[in-house]
Amino acid sequence: MPTSPSDPSSFGPPADASSGPLADPLFDPLFDLAVIGAGPAGLAAAVTAADLGLRCVLLDGGQGTGGQYYRHPAPGLGAARPDRLHHHWSAYTGLADRLAAHERAGRAAFRGGHQVWALERTGDGFAAHVTRGPESTDRATVRSRSVLLATGAYERQLPFPGWTLPGVVTAGGAQAMLKAGLVLPGRRIVVAGSGPLLLAAASSLVTAGAEVPAVVEATAYLGYARRPGVLAGVPGKLVEGAGHGGALLRHGVRLRPRSAVVEAHGTDRVTGVTVARLDARWRPLPGTERRIDCDALAVGHGLLPQIDLATELGARTRTGPDGAVALAVDARLRTSVPGLWSAGETNGVGGADLALAEGELAAYAVAGALPEAGTLRRRSRLRAFAELMAAAHRPGPGWTGWLRPDTDVCRCEEVPVAAIREAVDDLGAGDPRTVKLLTRAGMGWCQGRMCGPAVACLAGSAPGSASGGPGPDRRPLGCPVPLSQLAAGPSPESPAS
Amino acid sequence: MVGAGVVGAACAYYAARAGLAVAVVDRGPVAGGTTGAGEGNLLVSDKEPGPELDLALLSTRLWRELAEDLGEAVEYEPKGGVVVASTAAGHEALRAFAAGQRAVGVIAEEVPGERLRELEPHLAPGLAGGFHYPQDAQVQPALAAAHLLRAARRMGAELITGETVTAVDLGPDGAVRGVRTDRRRLAAPAVVNAAGTWGGELAALAGVHLPVMPRRGFVLVTEPLPRVVRHKVYAADYVANVASGSAGLETSAVIEGTPGGPVLIGASRERVGFDRTLSQEVLRRLAGQAAELFPVLADVTVLRAYRGFRPYLPDHLPAIGADPRVPGLHHACGHEGAGIGLAPATGLLIAEQLTGKQPELDLGPFRADRFPVVGTA
Amino acid sequence: MRRRTPAGLVEAEPGPAHHIEFDGRPVPALPGQTIAAALWADGVLAWRTTRVGGKPRGAFCGIGSCFDCLATVDGRPNQRTCLLPAEPGTTVTTQEGHGRADLAV
Ligand SMILES: Cc1cc2nc3c(=O)[nH]c(=O)nc-3n(C[C@H](O)[C@H](O)[C@H](O)COP(=O)(O)OP(=O)(O)OC[C@H]3O[C@@H](n4cnc5c(N)ncnc54)[C@H](O)[C@@H]3O)c2cc1C
Ligand code: FES
Repeated sequence: MPTSPSDPSSFGPPADASSGPLADPLFDPLFDLAVIGAGPAGLAAAVTAADLGLRCVLLDGGQGTGGQYYRHPAPGLGAARPDRLHHHWSAYTGLADRLAAHERAGRAAFRGGHQVWALERTGDGFAAHVTRGPESTDRATVRSRSVLLATGAYERQLPFPGWTLPGVVTAGGAQAMLKAGLVLPGRRIVVAGSGPLLLAAASSLVTAGAEVPAVVEATAYLGYARRPGVLAGVPGKLVEGAGHGGALLRHGVRLRPRSAVVEAHGTDRVTGVTVARLDARWRPLPGTERRIDCDALAVGHGLLPQIDLATELGARTRTGPDGAVALAVDARLRTSVPGLWSAGETNGVGGADLALAEGELAAYAVAGALPEAGTLRRRSRLRAFAELMAAAHRPGPGWTGWLRPDTDVCRCEEVPVAAIREAVDDLGAGDPRTVKLLTRAGMGWCQGRMCGPAVACLAGSAPGSASGGPGPDRRPLGCPVPLSQLAAGPSPESPAS
Repeated sequence: MVGAGVVGAACAYYAARAGLAVAVVDRGPVAGGTTGAGEGNLLVSDKEPGPELDLALLSTRLWRELAEDLGEAVEYEPKGGVVVASTAAGHEALRAFAAGQRAVGVIAEEVPGERLRELEPHLAPGLAGGFHYPQDAQVQPALAAAHLLRAARRMGAELITGETVTAVDLGPDGAVRGVRTDRRRLAAPAVVNAAGTWGGELAALAGVHLPVMPRRGFVLVTEPLPRVVRHKVYAADYVANVASGSAGLETSAVIEGTPGGPVLIGASRERVGFDRTLSQEVLRRLAGQAAELFPVLADVTVLRAYRGFRPYLPDHLPAIGADPRVPGLHHACGHEGAGIGLAPATGLLIAEQLTGKQPELDLGPFRADRFPVVGTA
Repeated sequence: MRRRTPAGLVEAEPGPAHHIEFDGRPVPALPGQTIAAALWADGVLAWRTTRVGGKPRGAFCGIGSCFDCLATVDGRPNQRTCLLPAEPGTTVTTQEGHGRADLAV
């Protein structure tokens, strides 16, 4: 088995190594490149950049590399076959091995548990302000000439009555807890929402022993798969799709297209869901409701790019066909901020293969080298497919039809639909920011990540449609930071000071 | 009324109440300017005797009246303020300041150092002393603007958001005839410039000079907490910073709880134009000073930070009232860091002037033509 | 045939289980699991009640971004249990609201 990068003993100097910063080139206060995010895009970028001679540091909030897609069991769990939970596992192990080799040679450094909460432009490049460890134990500052943002995405959620019940989890969360911790939220798990992630989640869950009574998909499902012209260019996707489909068929999982979970039932935990058919605009059709018993629900509506660090620096954005705001990049994956590149989901959600290709291309661009023509072609094919998929899964406006006045939209601050409607109808709020100011929706711990799309929709504006307003979501602090660390100020050098 | 911030909202409220037909126009949403980026303190404590304090005392009374109708909805809290000094010299300076304020009707109670923690149990030990100002209060600014506007609309006012005023129409006699937006003409014999930090631009549309400039401020917002700070608490140097004309960065701890749970930590002041860049130095100072005053905060988490641009006029007084240079043009802008507090008084005075009454306060010190034109505007 | 399980699927041979303490009772945990994972494995889905409505909550996103999985861990409130490793002897307490009632004045 290849070296597991999440095993600290086998993987690079610990972040708090205090051994002579000058002797070790990796502790030079200024790296050529800091890559933020160690998922497929970031890993590919860091490895390629190191291949091309850049001194590179790879940062991730998680302890190991892999990101969301290549999330894998912690070493202590002794998994002999982590590949059973992944497609293309070898692509990951290949990159992880190359990164380990670069680390040994002193060409690259991986720093896990480094959550970047702000990027600052400095005279000679950037300072990444970091809070460290799952408990935000202390602060670090990582300086570099350029930065590549590969911070991926988080799941888009649309509220429904009962979605705050224990046992209702995100589809990606169910995947993540399974892949990393080898646990399931229940035995009988309904999978619902929209987007290709649902199939992947359902197939992981059934192969890991859960019963999945239904996969409930809001769109007509795989409409785009019937466009052979586009799919022919992406055989990997086809294989992956067929793989999921096969597992689901084998386990008798029923796919319900054009449907949605319109309510989760239970008092202390979910005991069942009501599924209804949707019209083409996602409005639930009365009379089509049926109840499915279950002890967990995994739900999600695709992904949203995680781009706060860049928008805070004023990077230009674009709204994708799925309605999600992504960074606008040029053919060389440069953002509008000089010295800041972006690869993978931050440029619009498109999956691991695309992220790998973009990571590699961005590294070439940063190094000023010419990439392989094949990678360029692969990237544009995959991007085209991603846009198609995004358009197919864009939430229809009728979803608000399954809300009730007392449905909480903001989970953190417990703000119900009625409060948001009052702000919009009576108090003159017409955009998410004003709704937030008037209702507290989006002001809690998650900083509006869970309720953002729903609030934008209820406010009658898509996120980022700036009517003199603030443009895309702006979060000066990318994540919560202990006050004492703000008070400490940036450290003058790279870590360990 | 151009501007749907708290000042425009208060003007609309009092004007509609006085029976005028009112339209409020804003290029953004309600409270989309500085109103949505401030803290909502209604202070008399930080003002020295003079026209601004007169305005603040009038506002204090008006806020109390407004609170009877809107109170809970706007999170009005008559919590009082506590100003603390770390040194005996600082305490002495506060004493002198308070003596002046008392003479004009401010209630200021001296608190010896050893009794500060009876008022605020989490305050750092060893502070020299302070003053308690029971008249200081707090509202949630965006809610205040929105509910004032709702009340104004119920009295017939019209609210137009998402439209930018692109011209102020003047007649052949030079008097105001209305405004044009990117979508329509609004005819009116009077136009109120409540465009806050952008008030100078609106004045320019009417052909007059009004040097409103942005003074940037950051606020830190903690995780939701129980009541850990009872009053609005700030350090004595805040008063000096507020009154300072320096362009450089000034920070002083201003700390308060909110009904929503989070503690708000301000306040920084710097003149850097409309630069939105997060400043690590500001974060460091705000957080450091907060922890110095309330050591318990060192252990809490900051969830958010936000910034706003206070509308600043060179002598720190707002522009309120009719502009003698353009008949029909009225100003209600430039309130710097006190616009939430001063909004009702501003609105009332504007409404009185618009209806031909004698304004309750002398508007002389707030005249918009008090600034010399530099260069050729 | 062996029942399908996540551990069976990846042919996991974990090290010996240890225990964390959840609301005063022992809950088994495997080396490398997070607190949230250990609680799920034990059938526990909620370990927090909300500030306003007092409603039960547990892990939602599983990846550190929703903050629904907060709990008081070793006496420290508002810890994300989906990220924190379950160490032998870790004590986890169901958190009520903001978890900071001790600071109230
Ligand atoms: C960090 C910070 C903390 C603060 N704390 C406090 C406090 O505790 N207490 C207090 O009293 N004050 C405080 N303030 C100050 C207070 O926020 C301002 O004084 C107040 O918001 C000014 O209100 P306003 O209505 O004049 O301006 P704004 O709220 O900015 O409203 C002006 C409106 O005019 C609109 N506008 C501009 N030009 C045009 C145009 N051409 N066409 C159409 N619309 C236009 C804008 O879109 C905007 O909505 C604070 C400020 C900051 C930055
Ligand atoms: S489950 Fe979302 S942060 Fe832990």
